[in-house]
Amino acid sequence: MQRTLCFIFLFFFSVLARAELTVEITQGVDQPTPVAVVPFALNGVQALPEDVAQVVSDDLYRSGMFKIMPRENMLSFPSDRNSLFFRDWRISGSDFIVIGQIKETEGQLTVAFELYDVLKEERILGEEIKANRTNLRAVGHYISDKVFEALTGVRGAFSTRIVYVTAKQLAASKHRYRLMLADSDGHNPRTILESKEPILSPAWSRDGTKLAYVSFESGRPAVYIQYLATGKREKVQSFRGLNGAPAWSPDGKQLALVLSKDGNPEIYVLDLQQRRLTRVTHHFGIDTEPSWSPDGQSLIFTSDRGGQPQIYSIYLPTRDVTRLTFEGQYNARGRLTQDGRFLAMVHQSNGSFHIAVQDLRTGRVDLLTETFMDESPTIAPNGSIILYATQEGVRGVLSAVSLDGRVKFRLPSSDGDVREPAWSPFQ
Amino acid sequence: MRAMNIGKATALALTVVWAAGCSTTNTTDTDTMGSDATPTTTTQAVSDSSMSGTSMADIKNLATVFYFDFDQTQVKAEAVQALRGHAKYLVANPSASVVLEGHADERGTREYNMALGERRAQAIARVLTVNGVSSSQIELVSFGEEKPVVMGHNDSSWAQNRRVELKY
Repeated sequence: MQRTLCFIFLFFFSVLARAELTVEITQGVDQPTPVAVVPFALNGVQALPEDVAQVVSDDLYRSGMFKIMPRENMLSFPSDRNSLFFRDWRISGSDFIVIGQIKETEGQLTVAFELYDVLKEERILGEEIKANRTNLRAVGHYISDKVFEALTGVRGAFSTRIVYVTAKQLAASKHRYRLMLADSDGHNPRTILESKEPILSPAWSRDGTKLAYVSFESGRPAVYIQYLATGKREKVQSFRGLNGAPAWSPDGKQLALVLSKDGNPEIYVLDLQQRRLTRVTHHFGIDTEPSWSPDGQSLIFTSDRGGQPQIYSIYLPTRDVTRLTFEGQYNARGRLTQDGRFLAMVHQSNGSFHIAVQDLRTGRVDLLTETFMDESPTIAPNGSIILYATQEGVRGVLSAVSLDGRVKFRLPSSDGDVREPAWSPFQ
Repeated sequence: MRAMNIGKATALALTVVWAAGCSTTNTTDTDTMGSDATPTTTTQAVSDSSMSGTSMADIKNLATVFYFDFDQTQVKAEAVQALRGHAKYLVANPSASVVLEGHADERGTREYNMALGERRAQAIARVLTVNGVSSSQIELVSFGEEKPVVMGHNDSSWAQNRRVELKY
């Protein structure tokens, strides 16, 4: 018994040490493309802290679009064209193969990789990347991005990052809230803000260098901007009442936000250089959760002006308001894909809250999730995956679903209640 | 849904109608506008309330947490008496002030719930101000769904979390 406990503890802590979030695929595409990622040969290199080929395997697996050949089934570990026998890989069912090698000269690492089409026996791409012992995971994600794009035609987003908020109850009335930054696979989590009071609505600037968020650290809500490189932060808005839901304009010069200083929640746009505040909505209902259209000309937002929360769009040059959602009694917190075509949102049906996506061209609405308290959708910059918050027992966790609903995976956390994910832009 | 609220509201006593009101002073619905015309009656009814005095000791037994129905911002009838007691104290002590902390249950999106929490705090504030409290004595802070008193995904937890806490 004691031994079992000990083992569980060890296991628990080793998981903690590895990453705060780990990925589990709960569903994948029907016919994933079979790919082999061969362990990279180490040519005159001492043991490395990361297994680059494993990072690439994990990334491709996590996309749900590939079936990865287990290493133990590989008959050989080729690392260059000469040692690669296509027939062997064809027989074992791989359509594509990634091989590579790592060299070290005077402390400088070079990671070389190649992607081959096994059926055509052709080299698709290859590259040499300068690296060091501390950025090998980043190199792995870079390779994944290249391979993913070559095989799917869609730019890879493995090198991007996510932020999210964790909450933990430490004692009866003592809480700890943390704003966390991690790689898109949940690795390398680091705390960028810790507070005894709630933190919410983190939002990335489009250049990926800053975050805006709401913090209650002063006992009241205020909007802050934090620079990721230096940690420097500034309070940008703290009027009486609500100060919330910040959203950066695509050009990074403006911040849309919600203030209730005039009596009820309205959307405002703050010019960050001139510090000029412009009120955008004028309605006695709740107007909140603004998000910019990719061209920066419109804001979408949630409003209960029609009696229930629905998503609207306001075209800024004319202030014309258009209602976007009509299906169901509750549609909120919309986010648009980079091409502006799809609207991801929180949709209520049968008492549960789900992530739904609406095709703005056809009006078609698809429910992507079937758990029960799904919220805060954030779209990967390549438009392939929506990350969102959901509940597992009484604990918040992050999950992800592809825009077409075919791929689902979960990022369970080992540390408290996880919520409010925000996916970075491309960097 | 708004129409339903109004139907319910008119069925209640005038005091409650006034207390519930709408999220803000202006609304497109003329029925609600009509109910706004009744505050004088309410205030008179309040002034003969003898349930509490004007010192801190007099209000210490009054309720300070007020609950709401799902997605609703109407002050419940049973909350009004305690609120009148708080109002009486605040009127007698113009230097005293209260913070009204509005909360929502976990259902729905976080920023929308932030707005809902503020509306609830505003509804409570309105009961205090129609009973003579100066709005400068009242501060509203919404915490949305961020500070539940009970964890749990069920009706009883949610009911306890949809609240406004009155703090001196």
